[in-house]
Amino acid sequence: MKRRLWISLALLLIIPGLLLTVSCAKKAVQSESEVIQPEEKDNSEAEEAARQVEIDRQTEIDRQAEIDRQEEIERDRKLEEERLQAQSLRAEEANREMMVARNMFINEDIHFDFDSAIILFSAQDLLKEKARWLEENSDVTIIIEGHCDERGTSAYNLALGDRRAESVKTFLIDLGIASSRLTTISYGEERPVDDASTEEAWAKNRRAHLIIE
Amino acid sequence: MQLCLSPHAQIDKIMKYYFKIFFFIIITGLFAGVLVCQAEYDYIDINNPFLRKIPIAIPFFKSIGDGPEAAKASVAGSDLLSETLEFTGYFKMLDRGAFLSDSQSSLIAPKINFRNWTFIKAELLITGGILIKNNVVEMELRLFDTFKERLLIGKRYKGWKKDQRKIIRRFCDEVVYHLTGKHGIFSTKLAFVSDSTGNKEIYICDFDGHDPKRFTHNKTITLFPAWSSSGKQLAYTSFIRGKPDLFIKNINKKRGFRLVKKGIQIAPAWVPGKYMLSATLSFSGDQEIYLLTGEGKIINRLTKSRGIDVDATWSPDGKKMAFVSKRSGTPQIYIKEIASDRVSRLTYDGRYNTQPSWSPHGDKIAYSAMSGTQINIIVIDIKSGKLLKLTDGQGDNESPTWSPDSSLIAFSSTREGQSKIYVMTMYGTDQRRLFTMAGEQTDPAWSPGFANK
Repeated sequence: MKRRLWISLALLLIIPGLLLTVSCAKKAVQSESEVIQPEEKDNSEAEEAARQVEIDRQTEIDRQAEIDRQEEIERDRKLEEERLQAQSLRAEEANREMMVARNMFINEDIHFDFDSAIILFSAQDLLKEKARWLEENSDVTIIIEGHCDERGTSAYNLALGDRRAESVKTFLIDLGIASSRLTTISYGEERPVDDASTEEAWAKNRRAHLIIE
Repeated sequence: MQLCLSPHAQIDKIMKYYFKIFFFIIITGLFAGVLVCQAEYDYIDINNPFLRKIPIAIPFFKSIGDGPEAAKASVAGSDLLSETLEFTGYFKMLDRGAFLSDSQSSLIAPKINFRNWTFIKAELLITGGILIKNNVVEMELRLFDTFKERLLIGKRYKGWKKDQRKIIRRFCDEVVYHLTGKHGIFSTKLAFVSDSTGNKEIYICDFDGHDPKRFTHNKTITLFPAWSSSGKQLAYTSFIRGKPDLFIKNINKKRGFRLVKKGIQIAPAWVPGKYMLSATLSFSGDQEIYLLTGEGKIINRLTKSRGIDVDATWSPDGKKMAFVSKRSGTPQIYIKEIASDRVSRLTYDGRYNTQPSWSPHGDKIAYSAMSGTQINIIVIDIKSGKLLKLTDGQGDNESPTWSPDSSLIAFSSTREGQSKIYVMTMYGTDQRRLFTMAGEQTDPAWSPGFANK
């Protein structure tokens, strides 16, 4: 289809061209000898063909330029699209990372030894992570809950849970977190995460749990 | 409806008033025309009243009047009397099937064939007569020494039918007072914590577990009920405002006070004879015991050592306070003399001793001792430091609380799975569950002895 269009376009240019050539030739014939007329006619025909080629070439170039331009626009559009997509992906990724960090902050408890409120060496990295997160999220205030396992007696465990929460608070303050952002609550043995009476459950229940206010 | 009822209500009121006076006169006076002996020897060994239980016979009450209701009242009344006395741990209830004499026919001293009772080894005999008429109950109750063939106590009571339990408890108190020289526990109550609604709330029941009623409606964790020495206030800790706060409530009007301080506010303990209490507060960042007014205002700080100080209990004279401290590394019980500020360590056995409860008699402290993963109740003699382990090998046993006459200890135990309230004598004998209720029951607190009313 396209090809035929171009051909007809070319013909449209050639026919008036031919007419123009003929009228010119007639004038020449009038002023010059008749002998050379056929030759002149031949020449003009060749010229005409050359011009036609030239025109065709030019048209082709224009056409190509137009195609290139269109392609470039398309390419740019695509690039922009990709850029935007990547950007939103990155934002999503960042958001997800933030959520992961936030969830980690909430979900990962600090665990303690039996009848102890001392921050274990193994819990220090976790607390440092939490402090970093708190630094990055400086508008957040948190509640530190202190919990105990079911062993022991209830009032003592409430006091012990209080000490565990206070230990975590002190540690975070030492890492530069403002104390005004940290509140403590002790639940003693009243809110276990695991109701079983096993060493494993007890270890899980001896914890400080952080909550974002 | 209201208008129709009001005259009745008025008559009821007047009748009630009349009976109250009548009731009072009857019980203050001794049963007319009968010689009543004072106890001439100790029926109950003060050193260990539970070592040898006194065999006692309580035949069915004689029902004056006819009909199935009278017969039923006779059985119910004598059974209740028997159960109430048995609760004390002082008595061995003799099986009615072994009784020789026709219990319904011979209730008055001259007619009683005491040999029929001594033959089955009964040392004491209680006979009763009961008459129920128009919602009013009349009872005659008598305690006899079968070997001496003597009437020890004789009483006649009259009251509303619904007050029958009260009448029987009052007679039981007479019996125990006569035999031990101390008033019984029959008008005392127990406060405890139960999670039957899904939340830990405080309930109050009679000393024998009868008639438990919910006291708090906080819909959140509520713990550590503590009776004031007048029995009119109850202090406790509740998470109503999101953290463990101290509340002081009037038993009847439920009006009260709240302590406003950050940190925990737990384990209240009233100072005997004073409108003051102690509690562990952590607003300073450290868990210390403070002395408060009955309105919850801080008077001063009682402990001064870094680390946990909790679970205060007071000597009956209010001059000393026992408490739990972690100052030596593990939770142990210490005694502080308030005037001199001197603190001495009481427990050395084991690595986890908490929940001290000072006996109202003053010479002993019951506490919860954890060894391995089990918690048991131990009584320590303060002077000698001698220990007596009252529970063993039956789940966790916690929160000992003394009856006001120092004869019994209530506690919570997981021996049957869920935690329930149990009671035992101060020597650990006669351990039994107090009542059946859904959910877990913990933190029993025995009320002081109320005036007999």
